[in-house]
Amino acid sequence: MSEATMDQVEARVVDALESFGAERSDISRDATFEALDIDSIDLVELAQLVKDEFGVEIQGRDLADVKTVGDALDIIEARMGAA
Amino acid sequence: MARVSGSTDAAAGTALVTGASRGIGAAVAHALAAEGRPVAVNYRTDREGADAVVAAIGEAGGSARAFGADVSDAAAVDAMFTEVEAWAGPVLVLVNNAGKRADELFPSMSLAQFDEVLDLNLRGPYLCIHRALMPMIRARHGRIVNVSSVGAARCLPGQANYAASKAGLEALTRTVAIETARRGVTVNAIVPGFVATELTRDVGEAFHAAVPARRAGTAEEVAACVRFLASDAAAYVTGTTLVVDGGLSAALLPVHRLA
Repeated sequence: MSEATMDQVEARVVDALESFGAERSDISRDATFEALDIDSIDLVELAQLVKDEFGVEIQGRDLADVKTVGDALDIIEARMGAA
Repeated sequence: MARVSGSTDAAAGTALVTGASRGIGAAVAHALAAEGRPVAVNYRTDREGADAVVAAIGEAGGSARAFGADVSDAAAVDAMFTEVEAWAGPVLVLVNNAGKRADELFPSMSLAQFDEVLDLNLRGPYLCIHRALMPMIRARHGRIVNVSSVGAARCLPGQANYAASKAGLEALTRTVAIETARRGVTVNAIVPGFVATELTRDVGEAFHAAVPARRAGTAEEVAACVRFLASDAAAYVTGTTLVVDGGLSAALLPVHRLA
């Protein structure tokens, strides 16, 4: 799991956000979760998914204050680097 | 946007019923198993009772297995869920039924008496819901039914601990319901009145006169309502309470004194 690249993680995050109901064409690093209608429970689920599939130690509360997709990816990348 | 699964198989997922070795829990286990759903029969001490429930479900053509765990023990709850999942797949129906009373007039109620009731009646559902919820969210389908009591809102002397636990359980029910509603997870409370079980054995028939229906309810009558809340038909019912009390809480006074 530790061999996963950030590109792979980003692709998975985009897939997850789409599965949560966001329009794929609206998903970008600058897109806000508010605009995508992604709520805080979705972010808890996203954190769980990233933890399960990539072994990145991240909790829902770690994403509690993020505003954009890029913010979330930056946190995930930082955690991957720390692992 | 709602995030509800397209899959609406009525018997999808495993059901876990806490405190199912007797009384309302046993009746609920029977009712859910009758839908073709595997049912995990949780018990704390009454292994014999749980085994009898499992055997009766098997004889009726259903699938059930007994799982021992104290639901107020976090590690035991986690281990139980892991065992249930290994047996029959994710728990998509959770009925928090395990409960107890330890009545004492408040000036005499010890902290231990308060804690023992809150631990089983409120901490237990917290632990079980917490463990069950993420798989339900990820499945976009889940049914949680918490067994409350008319005692949550209308009190009897000596039940400060019990009433507080059930009122807390109803508040917890509403909160988790609104957090998870768009994901196909419903969370409701069933509110029994006087039901003829071991828990109410000491109440006695004298109280029946206060019930407009003039009798105690049966565990099966409560189980039928739980079965509805666990069904696909109840997909739009969440964050609410379903009172099953023969009219008890609707009456201002015992009706025989009025008519």
